[in-house]
Amino acid sequence: MNADTAAWEQHSAARVVPPVEPRKLAKVPFVELADGRLQGVVSSGSDAARVYVSSITASTYGFSCSTNNNRPCGGLSGYYTCKHLQALADEAVRQYGLDRVARYLRVEVGEGENLIDRMKGRREPAPAAVVFSRFLRHLAYLELPETVEPLPEMHWFPSSSAGVR
Amino acid sequence: MLGVQLAALVGTPAGVEEALGLADGLDDALVHGLGRLGEQRAAALAALAGALEGSPLGRPVSEATGKLAAGSVADEQIAALAGARAAVFGAVHDALLARLDAALGRERAAWEEPAGTGGGDVPANLLSGCRSWLNELAIAGWRGVDHDLVSASDQTLEAVLAEPRLRRLGVLLDGLAAELRASCPVATMDRLPVRRWADLWARGVLLAQPGLPGGGAPETVSGRLLPLGVDVHEHGTAVQIEVHGVLESSGGTRLVRTGVAAPKVDTIVGPAVWQLLGGHPVLMAALAERRSVTVQDLPLSAGHLRWDDARATLAEAADPFATARLMLAGSVAPAVPPLERHPVRISEPVLVEGHTVNGTTWSLDGHEIEVDVERLPSCGPLTPALVAASTSCIGLLRWDGGRWRLQPLAVQATVKKKPVEAHTGDWALGPTDPKVVKAVAKSGDVVTVLRERAGRLLRK
Repeated sequence: MNADTAAWEQHSAARVVPPVEPRKLAKVPFVELADGRLQGVVSSGSDAARVYVSSITASTYGFSCSTNNNRPCGGLSGYYTCKHLQALADEAVRQYGLDRVARYLRVEVGEGENLIDRMKGRREPAPAAVVFSRFLRHLAYLELPETVEPLPEMHWFPSSSAGVR
Repeated sequence: MLGVQLAALVGTPAGVEEALGLADGLDDALVHGLGRLGEQRAAALAALAGALEGSPLGRPVSEATGKLAAGSVADEQIAALAGARAAVFGAVHDALLARLDAALGRERAAWEEPAGTGGGDVPANLLSGCRSWLNELAIAGWRGVDHDLVSASDQTLEAVLAEPRLRRLGVLLDGLAAELRASCPVATMDRLPVRRWADLWARGVLLAQPGLPGGGAPETVSGRLLPLGVDVHEHGTAVQIEVHGVLESSGGTRLVRTGVAAPKVDTIVGPAVWQLLGGHPVLMAALAERRSVTVQDLPLSAGHLRWDDARATLAEAADPFATARLMLAGSVAPAVPPLERHPVRISEPVLVEGHTVNGTTWSLDGHEIEVDVERLPSCGPLTPALVAASTSCIGLLRWDGGRWRLQPLAVQATVKKKPVEAHTGDWALGPTDPKVVKAVAKSGDVVTVLRERAGRLLRK
């Protein structure tokens, strides 16, 4: 092991997941790249109590959008995405950067091109209830108590200057 | 810190590279999975077992590697492997810290085994749930990790995170699961964080064992805490601030750490994380206003002061640079608890002055050290430019990837011929730089937005 060139593989504090960029959360409170999909929760434009669960599958680009009670989104048709999916894609790019989202969905996006326009998929069923429960689980973190007991394992997770500012 | 002290750090202590090489054998086996070891990897595990011969771990580890080679993977073998790896890294930690202490002339208290027994009852089903997920990971190997294997941890992790006594395990495994999730399918990754994931896995296995030793009865201390700086740790769903400081009490002048950790979500980043720690106004004010704190009857255990805002009162201003100049050399450092001994935990506060800057390489009397500017937290005012303009720096010495680096916590710098000073904790009560206030306002108050949603949706 040469001290100057020890490989990234041999670093304990190697960075694997870059921190996300800050963004407004009111319209799209939850976005994630998980289970082979870009998925998230989009607030309804008209009804504060309603949210839509939207998702796009990697590789096939099959898309889905419905309310959390599984009513299909009215803006969706066979090959056309709705404004919720558009908002989901826009916020995902804001949060993760275009590269990371495009890589995850396995889509090539050229300069000046819009992510969602590059994905010619069609409507397909997706587990909205699962995504919604993941959103609830996400929110539940904010209800967990703080702790004053030391968490020495957090030394593996240094804060970073990347991403923000 | 002096040039000669830096010079004394050069070179890796004897045996460290060989020890890490043995661990690399296990780490490589974890890449491909213990489910199909093959001769070569089985031999690497046997070599690791051989190195522990004569120690209390010798026999269990050698039995375990034998069974693994024969294709049997169970809790017992996994625990033995994780223990073997922890012993190796513990020894590396000790060698590095001893080298560092010798270089700095730092006096360190000896470890005293706490009296008393285990850390109390924790739900056994949660621990076994974690172990079975970690076993599955080890059998599949990192290359075999897919969405289903990552999601298999969801339910267990949710329950573990809700159990305050298992917070260490929960926060660790949640961080690992998030990295695996982001890397799925791992088989298609160009390169893997081999040592890192093995580190996290092995510590997870140990923390998931029943009957882990508790901390014993802490000492109770009263006195004055003079903060030196704040180290910030963060992953998608947790943030921890670790405050390094000097404690003056009847027990002498000691280096201590204290801090707070809070759960969060990935979209809470930058200065917004301080909002999550607002339940500790005295500590936050001490950081933001650079003041000392008078503490009354706080538990101190292995150098960690268990913070309680109700037993702390803000005292007079205390410039951390003055504290570092006057008190760092005479303060006694604490012993590190055995289960925490891993090189990644080494983070020793030092003061560097009179250095010359060449990019991220600083030199002191001709001796060089790298500065880790990637570790400047986004929740504070330190920037690579400020660090490069520094004339004095309080930082933490860390060791990773075979070398020492300096992680800045505070700098005094000259910018446009004017002296400026910045500390990672400056924004503990909110950002003070108008430009940053504006930038943060652009994304709105994310913590409030999410808490409002949580209130509405989770208690319906």
